[in-house]
Amino acid sequence: MKNFDTRPVVLEIKKIIKENENTNTYVFEHNLKSKPGQFVMMWIPGVDEKPFSIAYDDGKQFWLMVCKVGPATTELFKLKEGDKVGIRGPFGKAFEFKKGEHLALVGGGYGVAPMYCVAHQAIDKGCKVEFILGARNKDLLLYTQKISGLNGVNLHISTDDGSQGVKGFTTNVLENLIANGVKLDHVFACGPEKMEYFLGLIADKNGIDCQLAVEKYMKCGFGVCGQCVVDSSGECVCKKGTVMNYKFLKKLSEFGKYHRDAQGKKHYF
Amino acid sequence: MANLEVNFCGVKFRNPTVLASGVLGVTAASLRNVVKNGAGGVTTKSIWLTEHPGHKNPVMFGTDHYFMNAVGLSDAGFEKAETETFPEYMKRKPAPIIANIVAYKLDDFGLLASKIDKLNPDIIEVNISCPNVEDEFGKPFACSIVDASEVTKAVRAMTKKPVVVKLSPNVSNIGEIAKACADAGADGFCAINTVGPGLAIDIDLRMPILSNKVGGVSGPAIKPIAVKCVHDVYKATKLPIIGTGGVLTGRDAIEIMMAGARLVGMGTMIYYREVSGFKKVVKEMDEWCEQNGVKNIEEIIGCVKM
Repeated sequence: MKNFDTRPVVLEIKKIIKENENTNTYVFEHNLKSKPGQFVMMWIPGVDEKPFSIAYDDGKQFWLMVCKVGPATTELFKLKEGDKVGIRGPFGKAFEFKKGEHLALVGGGYGVAPMYCVAHQAIDKGCKVEFILGARNKDLLLYTQKISGLNGVNLHISTDDGSQGVKGFTTNVLENLIANGVKLDHVFACGPEKMEYFLGLIADKNGIDCQLAVEKYMKCGFGVCGQCVVDSSGECVCKKGTVMNYKFLKKLSEFGKYHRDAQGKKHYF
Repeated sequence: MANLEVNFCGVKFRNPTVLASGVLGVTAASLRNVVKNGAGGVTTKSIWLTEHPGHKNPVMFGTDHYFMNAVGLSDAGFEKAETETFPEYMKRKPAPIIANIVAYKLDDFGLLASKIDKLNPDIIEVNISCPNVEDEFGKPFACSIVDASEVTKAVRAMTKKPVVVKLSPNVSNIGEIAKACADAGADGFCAINTVGPGLAIDIDLRMPILSNKVGGVSGPAIKPIAVKCVHDVYKATKLPIIGTGGVLTGRDAIEIMMAGARLVGMGTMIYYREVSGFKKVVKEMDEWCEQNGVKNIEEIIGCVKM
């Protein structure tokens, strides 16, 4: 029988790794049984509960990378190692690829987290990986050291201001790779929706499969509350995605244009 | 193939299943997707006059036996319904739409009803029974004969559309409350809203799981309560009822119709069977009708021998 229990599992924060001023990685010892691209809901007791993509999962421990962006994450940053949070999930769909394929993994800003998770599985499956890491400036680049330490991964960096790597966007790096004759089987990405929108266009134009992890306001995580539904398909991103194929996304009227808040009101990017 | 078509207050539904309020009802596209997945009709999430924030997460979770929620009626307000949800849904309307309205003052119910009326929903459902906002607004109107009747009157005065009152199971006299609403001009009922509120405690943290602390209970565990309430309301008023509460299968739907329901509301079913569960439930109902020689689903409404 299918397990219908979606009550939170309470876990101790085993370790907190400070990535930069506003970003921490939280380490939990638990067999989450997740696939790269999936997410969990993390309950900060007495505060709120928010979705986070999984940055790493080896069956013994998993990591969640968190940026301080609002009231809930600000409260989370006050917690210390040994404090407890609740975890629901994993939820959602994973990135799909086969053994030995050539992948471009694009992480924009804090979107790097699920891409780092994919990179590990890709290496295990004997894939070649072009990791494109982008941020506004060098201080905001995340997981640079961790990615550099992965065998069989070529790291490409872009910053908007040129303070590290290529001056420009992840889209420029992807275009250069393709122009230089790198034959890619897939482009996977997570980051700002505008970035994903343009990555999708580039991949599509070059006939490359493109799967994107899309972020929407979520409450339940399992396709019931309907808060993360997208126009115009009306499906829940937490169920249909968050990883969705660009071929599906490009038909959505809202992709790259707007998202909705906790009350369902539209906000344009 | 049995005839599953149902007439509810003069509105034709191609099958008796309707999406219950509060689930997958944020946008027109979402409602359309539910119809695409087999629902005979849809109900909007509760619409307020103005924006209402709802509770912080966690707002819901499920178990094998029951489900709990305290979303807290989050909504962007009437303006969104007027400018977005209704115009988009009404373009090539795929199935009847029930506008669910909520307010915390009598006057607001009347005002909102007059505004919603102009958006031309097939039915107006009046939510006087949400158990998740008691901290904000006190006991639901549905728990008092006088309050329930007054709200019904206020809405009735502002619209000629069928008015359905959504009742609470958390009373000892649901039949009397329904009778009072019927006398005040209600055309039908939706029975029931969630049960409780209940309280679920995380024993590791020694604190409630839901941010609102308490929440309405739904899912398989509440079906017998829903079936009993539907029967009480049916006996008391003979008015059409949207039977809602714990229905997951075609057999459950048949059961609640035998108690007196004319339509069958489903929300939590989606948690257990996905949104495509609507199609499955309709197919199961059809199969049961075939096996039992029921040619017309309306034959079984209220047929239980007591």
